Amino acid sequence: MKNVTLEIDGRTVEAGEGTTLLKAAQSVGIRIPTLCNDDRLEPYGGCRMCMVEIETSWGRKRLVASCVYPVEEGLRVQTNTERVRRIRRMIIELLWPSSQVYAEEYGVTGSRFEPGLTDCSLCGLCLRYCTEIKKENRIYFEGRGIERRPALVEGSELTCRACGECFTLCGSGWIASRC
Amino acid sequence: MSRIETPADLARLRDQAVARRNSRGTWVAVCAGTGCRAYGAEALAESLEKEVEKRGLGKKIGVRKTGCHGFCERGPLVVVQPSDVCYLGAQPKNVPAIVDKLEGKDAALDKLLYVDAENGKPLARLDEIPFYKHQQRVVLGDNVHIDASDILDYIAVGGYAALAKALSGMTPEEVLQEVKEAKLRGRGGGGFPAGRKWETTRKAPGEPKYVIVNADEGDPGAYMDRSILEGNPHGVLEGLILGAYAIGAGEGFIYVRQEYPLAREHAQKALDQAREYGLLGENILGSGFSFDVKIHRGAGAFVSGESSALMSAIEGHVGEPRPKYIHTSEKGVWGKPSCLNNVETWANVPHIINRGAEWFTGMGTEGSKGTKIFSLVGKVNNTGLVEVPMGITLRDIIFKIGGGVPGGKKFKAVQTGGPSGGVIPESMLDLPVDFDELTRVGSMMGSGGMIVMDENTCMVDTARYYMSFLAHESCGKCVPCREGTRQMLRILDRIVAGEGKEEDLAVLEELGDFMEDASLCALGQSAPFPVLSTLKYFRGEYEEHIREKRCRAGVCTPLIAYDIDQETCGKCGACLRACPVAAVDQSADKVFTILQEKCIKCGACFTACPEKFSAVIKVPAYAIGKPSAGNPPPAGKQV
Repeated sequence: MKNVTLEIDGRTVEAGEGTTLLKAAQSVGIRIPTLCNDDRLEPYGGCRMCMVEIETSWGRKRLVASCVYPVEEGLRVQTNTERVRRIRRMIIELLWPSSQVYAEEYGVTGSRFEPGLTDCSLCGLCLRYCTEIKKENRIYFEGRGIERRPALVEGSELTCRACGECFTLCGSGWIASRC
Repeated sequence: MSRIETPADLARLRDQAVARRNSRGTWVAVCAGTGCRAYGAEALAESLEKEVEKRGLGKKIGVRKTGCHGFCERGPLVVVQPSDVCYLGAQPKNVPAIVDKLEGKDAALDKLLYVDAENGKPLARLDEIPFYKHQQRVVLGDNVHIDASDILDYIAVGGYAALAKALSGMTPEEVLQEVKEAKLRGRGGGGFPAGRKWETTRKAPGEPKYVIVNADEGDPGAYMDRSILEGNPHGVLEGLILGAYAIGAGEGFIYVRQEYPLAREHAQKALDQAREYGLLGENILGSGFSFDVKIHRGAGAFVSGESSALMSAIEGHVGEPRPKYIHTSEKGVWGKPSCLNNVETWANVPHIINRGAEWFTGMGTEGSKGTKIFSLVGKVNNTGLVEVPMGITLRDIIFKIGGGVPGGKKFKAVQTGGPSGGVIPESMLDLPVDFDELTRVGSMMGSGGMIVMDENTCMVDTARYYMSFLAHESCGKCVPCREGTRQMLRILDRIVAGEGKEEDLAVLEELGDFMEDASLCALGQSAPFPVLSTLKYFRGEYEEHIREKRCRAGVCTPLIAYDIDQETCGKCGACLRACPVAAVDQSADKVFTILQEKCIKCGACFTACPEKFSAVIKVPAYAIGKPSAGNPPPAGKQV
């Protein structure tokens, strides 16, 4: 595979073509916060915690989700600017009280908003794991928009192999409390 | 009927189709678009057919059910050809008189003619009526001339000539070049140059390639694409085949939303007929080019109009956007290069190939060429579909074509671009309408919805309506869109209920910026626009709701109360009879009052009060001794 060279937080990084920015950053020890990412699963791009600022070699600046954006030759990436920190703080506030893992790091101690519909952050880790790794398809999202919530496929209580592997993936405890 | 093997076959078939049309001297085109159907157009057409038959005129006069003519406010619409005399609001009872007139007899039909608002004179011909006169109907123009379920009608008016021209005399590169030179931009919202999109798909590695029609039109109040697909499905199909030829695609899809049954029916019929005549399938017109199309029925989600979500849906998955830093034009359906354009974009293509890029770029502005169809709705006299050259001003559309605001009310704003667009205030009415200008002022072209609002429209309530729509139509996958719309909606709900807080506006703006920056797809990125644009141009209204607990438009029910003006009250008792909860009290000397503690603010009394009295009025809730907690209102303010 061809390698491309880019710059992350001022450091020169080499990564194989098709690698995501998140993985390229991790490869040199730069940590980017994530809520819906799991290396065993397909990138999802739902939580938006991993947003970073990029500038292309032709000078275009934008915000992208590093878990899905592929590396590019000459790209300049900044993973911890005030702008992305502001986005991350807002995400933590909006998901409050679930998903508090990064609260301390980002100085969030509470939220201006009332909680959403469920205590689940809808990161999709459990259902993606059940679908992609276990090939069981026992969990799905019901409804859309602000009505979206996790649900067990009818009869799953009986057919779920109860491997419990999704319990440990869940940051909010939703799945363990239902199974 | 036989398969058309060559362009010469097509020309012969066209001659036959024209001869068939010309065998009758007069045609009566009855609009059978969705709006006119609701007005009873089908019964009208049937009644016309029977009357013509009864009088033995079947060989002279033909009746044709066509697609939408556009002037929906005044349906059912009837246009007599070739004279182009236009009857508005025609009913089956008018049929004998209409047929009398067609026979050359005297008939009193003035009531069905358009009356000039300025001098009261009737205007008979389509091209005299201001609503049509100021339009430039390139894409919609054929609607009035063809029966959508008959391919020969389309062929008679020149249909598939562009395809024959391209397949017999142009290389795919030349077709692509023509579209690029025409500077056609996508009509679905973003305004991305169609030629460049086609080229990306053409050059992208991977086979097969797909071309797709996006007919998932979902903006509230918008029905342009619906009317094109219902009224002229072959026009869209011809554009799609031309695109497939230019791009090198062998298969196409028409993604039609579930809620458009007639569009789906007509599109399916068009595909069947085109296949029968050999205009779809193997070796089209003997050119060696093969292409076929399937219809995919949407399952009723607004977000499925987003390209990656639409393609997920075609694959059989839930219609949810995917993170796409690689465009769907390179990796779309099943990871193959897929070129998606909306209905109106495809429908423009045959015209460009027929008349050339130079003709097309002769219309419009520097950055936006050609025409654009808008659905002009809301508080405007002439509701309907209008097609205008790019660059026309909003004022011309709303006042010259739309006939202004009804009931002598004052114009307040126009909302363009659907839920992702924004509102434009009166001070910007002279804005030339094109992709870049609308974006510059904080709205967007979108697919072409244009909702006119008058002084009785509350801008906070309008923003709340759009936010509610988006919060429920978001797919819910990413946090900024799902949680952002949720919290914005909660704040707006509070403000319209009179419970807004001073800091709410700053929080709305902060959430808006965040959603624009961080959302996964364009739906979430643009979801805050209705709120941000009303905040920008009508901030005062928000502040009145929050600080004074006052809704100047009298829309937000928690902030208003109904009262009876004793000076103008005619003592007719209409309000008392209309009230469903017995909240109107009548004293012995016939003084009517509203019992506020019983009133549910349904507005029935307000509607029932005769206009000559207009005694039932809306007043601020606080004005009748019900000030909202914690914020005593300033005295003497009127709604």
